[in-house]
Amino acid sequence: MLRINDLHASIGDKEILKGINLTVRPGEVHAIMGPNGSGKSTLSAVLAGKDTFTVTSGEVRYQDEDLLALSPEERSWRGIFLGFQYPTEIPGVTNVNFMKTALNEHRKYQGLPPITAAEFLKLMRQKMEIVEMDPAFSSRGVNVGFSGGEKKRNEIFQMAMLEPKLAILDETDSGLDVDALRIVATGVNRLKRPDNATLVITHYQRLLDYIVPDVVHILYKGRIIKTAGKELALEVEQRGYDWLIKEL
Amino acid sequence: MNPANELLHDITNSEYRHGFETQVSQEFFPKGLNEEIVRMISERKQEPEWLLEFRLEAFRKWQKMKMPNWAHLRIPEIDYQDIIYFAAPKQPKTEGEIDPELMKTFDKLGIPLDERKALSGMAVDAVFDSVSVKTTFRESLAEKGIIFCSFSEAVRDYPELVRKYLASVVPVGDNFFSALNSAVFSDGSFCYIPKGVRCPMELSSYFRINARGTGQFERTLIVADEGSYVSYLEGCTAPQRDENQLHAAVVEIVVLADAEVKYSTVQNWYPGDSEGRGGIFNFVTKRGICKGNNSRLFWTQVETGSAITWKYPSTILRGDNSVSEFYSVAVTNHHQQADTGTKMIHLGKNTRSRIISKGISAGRSENSYRGLVRVSKNAENARNYSQCDSLLLGDRCGAHTFPFIQSDNPSAVIEHEATTSKISDEQLFYCRQRGISEENAVGLIVNGYAKEVINQLPMEFAVEAQKLLQVSLEGSVG
Repeated sequence: MLRINDLHASIGDKEILKGINLTVRPGEVHAIMGPNGSGKSTLSAVLAGKDTFTVTSGEVRYQDEDLLALSPEERSWRGIFLGFQYPTEIPGVTNVNFMKTALNEHRKYQGLPPITAAEFLKLMRQKMEIVEMDPAFSSRGVNVGFSGGEKKRNEIFQMAMLEPKLAILDETDSGLDVDALRIVATGVNRLKRPDNATLVITHYQRLLDYIVPDVVHILYKGRIIKTAGKELALEVEQRGYDWLIKEL
Repeated sequence: MNPANELLHDITNSEYRHGFETQVSQEFFPKGLNEEIVRMISERKQEPEWLLEFRLEAFRKWQKMKMPNWAHLRIPEIDYQDIIYFAAPKQPKTEGEIDPELMKTFDKLGIPLDERKALSGMAVDAVFDSVSVKTTFRESLAEKGIIFCSFSEAVRDYPELVRKYLASVVPVGDNFFSALNSAVFSDGSFCYIPKGVRCPMELSSYFRINARGTGQFERTLIVADEGSYVSYLEGCTAPQRDENQLHAAVVEIVVLADAEVKYSTVQNWYPGDSEGRGGIFNFVTKRGICKGNNSRLFWTQVETGSAITWKYPSTILRGDNSVSEFYSVAVTNHHQQADTGTKMIHLGKNTRSRIISKGISAGRSENSYRGLVRVSKNAENARNYSQCDSLLLGDRCGAHTFPFIQSDNPSAVIEHEATTSKISDEQLFYCRQRGISEENAVGLIVNGYAKEVINQLPMEFAVEAQKLLQVSLEGSVG
């Protein structure tokens, strides 16, 4: 589904990703862990097409296409979803309007007619239940005045609406209390299907208690320095990153 | 033009959908402005002596006046002798018949003049260059005593009403452009709602400039008698040309005791191309008076067009307890310039006004809000609330706010709030990540921002206005 080959990316003249290699297959959950400043968020932003970063070399294949040649919206239409670490507020644009516009652009790409108002509201109610979101949120401005937890729930709600093939969750656990974490993680698990994949980017192991990864990668200074099964996350939790860095 | 240039031209101009020109045989007066031209216009319209005198007096005043230069606008030199002041499509042989080309033109603009095809609940006075082509639903409105006709017909059929109210709100010498208009106005709309009558449909004027080298100078006069109600709409478009054309209109509204008038404008004159070539120079004086006690006047404007906009719909709150509100969205893109706002003049006791102004600037445009709130000595307990927001797209445009507040009565409560914001790259990326293309994202954010104003428009207009906002900002990002 996703194959990253020797990916280098920089911001200005500072190289942040220094040769990433990663393969994700349908049905898999991958976790990317690493200390602050290792390039985790850069990787997710580059995959989503944020133009603050320049890809200097390397290749990303996604479903047999050159992902880097696509615009952010084209990536979205093809099933790439980024759950933001800091979701942006858009005053004046209601959640309903935002989601309806997004969904209809996806449907247009799929050759489907725009969704009817009734169908949309029904769908929205169903998906809001997944993250136990108060329906009153639908008429509020996108993320405006939302608490940290509400913003993250909103991200997973949007993910549920768009049914992505590859979901990249960037530090979705940051700023969440235990209850919110459980709700968000349960939401993600309920959306799991054999034909979609998830890339969980996280600083801490605790999210991985809920979303159990098949593979864990450790990112350090722009490179993946270790890849193993889910037990690696537990080891990191107990021993920190230093022993891994010393192994280098 | 070589094919590559032609393509470029098509792309950069694709946003203006009303840029076509109607091929119709027209009659023109010679270029230039002098007493003879003023007399010719009056004679051509078979006007009474008093109106000719009115025009001549205005012309003499205008000759002594100078173009105002206080606005935040760069206005190129306008050669008033290089403009045609009267252009009218030639009349078909039979009275009352309309050239099919004109019918087609208004059909294309979405304003069918055939009453069978017309939008339900909306009567239209269609003005093409210097003349009113047709006023729909006149007869059915007349059954309720409502007069809705072209200005020329009003002068002919209701001279006493016209004479009583003409220039009673905007005096001839009020400003350079109102004087010019008073001298050469060629047509426009007239509306009178009798006592206690609630007008059953939306009334509207649609202004279309077509002929090259001409200016359009129309007048609108609306009188709402005691206890009456009317909602009035105004729309305007023009062909896409490299030359600048002048539009200098005057709108006067008289609201008597307990009456209510809603006046909405969707201004979509050709704004010029992305390089700033062509477009309409829009210098308009709009003013209403809440003359009687408990009268109400509501302005809503969506301004997306024109190369230059100079326009301040204003209200004189003379009656006690009278209320006026002004809702405005002004969009400027590319090289457009707008200096627009309102004046609320509180004279009566317990008068209330509210100003909601939303400016949106993109490209290299300049967008200014200019407003005056004045409370006179006798206006006990006057209230005003003003909110002026500016939204910037990109970093080469300008937004400016010039609020003037003047209170001569200590019981007045005046509030003013202002904000400036930008559409951030983060917001755009967030939208795009969810599959919303950049243009649609801008449209979504801008419409969200302008919602409070758009919601004031009658339904059909609100939908149009939303589309228009998005179209006007095409090519403003990326």
